[in-house]
Amino acid sequence: MPSAFDDARMGLSDIWPAVLAAVPVALLFGALAAGKGLSPLEVALMSALVFAGGAQFAAVELWATPAPIGALVFSTLLINARHVLMSASLVPKLQGFSPGQRLGGLYYMADENWALAERRARTHRLTPAYWFAMTAPFVLCFVSVATLGSLIGAALGDPRRFGADFAFTAIFIALVAAFWKGRVTAWTVAAAGISSALTYRLAGPPWHVLAGALCGLGAAWWAAGREQASVVEAQP
Amino acid sequence: MSFDTLNLIAILGMALVTYATRAAGLALAGRLDLSPRAQAAFDAIPPAVLIAVIAPSALATGWAETGAAVITALAATRLPVLGVVAVGVVAVVALRVFV
Repeated sequence: MPSAFDDARMGLSDIWPAVLAAVPVALLFGALAAGKGLSPLEVALMSALVFAGGAQFAAVELWATPAPIGALVFSTLLINARHVLMSASLVPKLQGFSPGQRLGGLYYMADENWALAERRARTHRLTPAYWFAMTAPFVLCFVSVATLGSLIGAALGDPRRFGADFAFTAIFIALVAAFWKGRVTAWTVAAAGISSALTYRLAGPPWHVLAGALCGLGAAWWAAGREQASVVEAQP
Repeated sequence: MSFDTLNLIAILGMALVTYATRAAGLALAGRLDLSPRAQAAFDAIPPAVLIAVIAPSALATGWAETGAAVITALAATRLPVLGVVAVGVVAVVALRVFV
C-alpha cells in the first residue's frame, strides 16, 4: 500500500498541468476584475472564498456599482449547480476522510481536481494526502496569480483599448465549447442567446441572465425529450 | 486597497451558495437518480447561463462584436481556451476599425 508521502507526490504530479493552465486564466480574471473597479483585496478574497472560474468571470461581467447582489449570487448558484452532481459522485469515494477533511476538502472541489480524483479513485483508494496535495497548489496558484492580475490590470487602464473587454465573451464561448454535448447544447445555446439579448433590450439587466438561463434550460429539456423519442422510434 | 460593503456582501453570498453546491453531495450521495432527460437538462445549465450572460455583448452591442463572436465560435471548435481568446480579441479590434 502506498504511503501518505507517495500519495501526496502522485497528487502533485497529476495536478501540475492544470496549475500551469490556470496561470493565464487567473491573470486575465484579475485584470478584468480590476477593469470593473474591484480592488486587489476583493479579487483575492473572491478567488479564495468562491474559487470557481466560470462563475467568477460571469460575476465580473455582471458587476456594477452598487453591486447587484441578487443577480451575482443567482448567476453563481446556477453556474455552479453542476457541483451538486459532481460531489454526489465523489463523496462515496472519500471513505478514508474524517468528517472535517470531507467538509474542508469539498470546499475547493473544482472541475479539474474533481476529474483527477474521479480518475484516481478508479484504480486506487482516494486518500486525503492525494486530494490535499493536489488541491492546495491549485488554489494557491489561482488566488495569487488572480491578485497579481488585478494589480497589473489596474496599471493598464481601460481594457476596451486592447479589445480586452471582449475577452469575456471569447472565454465564455470557449467554455461553452467545453460543455458541448451535441444537438441538445445547440438548442440550449440558441434559446439562451436569443432570449437573453431580447430581454436585455426590453427589460434591461439583470433580468437577461434569468430569462436566458430558463429558456436555455427549457430548450434542453425539450430537445432531450425529442432525442429520446426518436431513439425509441428507431428501435425495431 | 479598499472594501466596499456591498461588494463584500456579494462575495460572501457567492461563496456561500458555491459551497452549498459543493457540500450537497454529502446529503445526496447514493440518493440521486435523475432520469436521462433531467440529466440532460441539468448538464445544459452551465452553457445556458454562460450564453445568457454574454448574449447582450455578443448580439446587442454592434456588428463588430457580433462578427467577432461568430469568428470566436468557429475558433472554439478547434483551439484551446487561450487560443480562442486571442482570436476573439484580435477579431474585435480589427472589426471595430473597419465596421
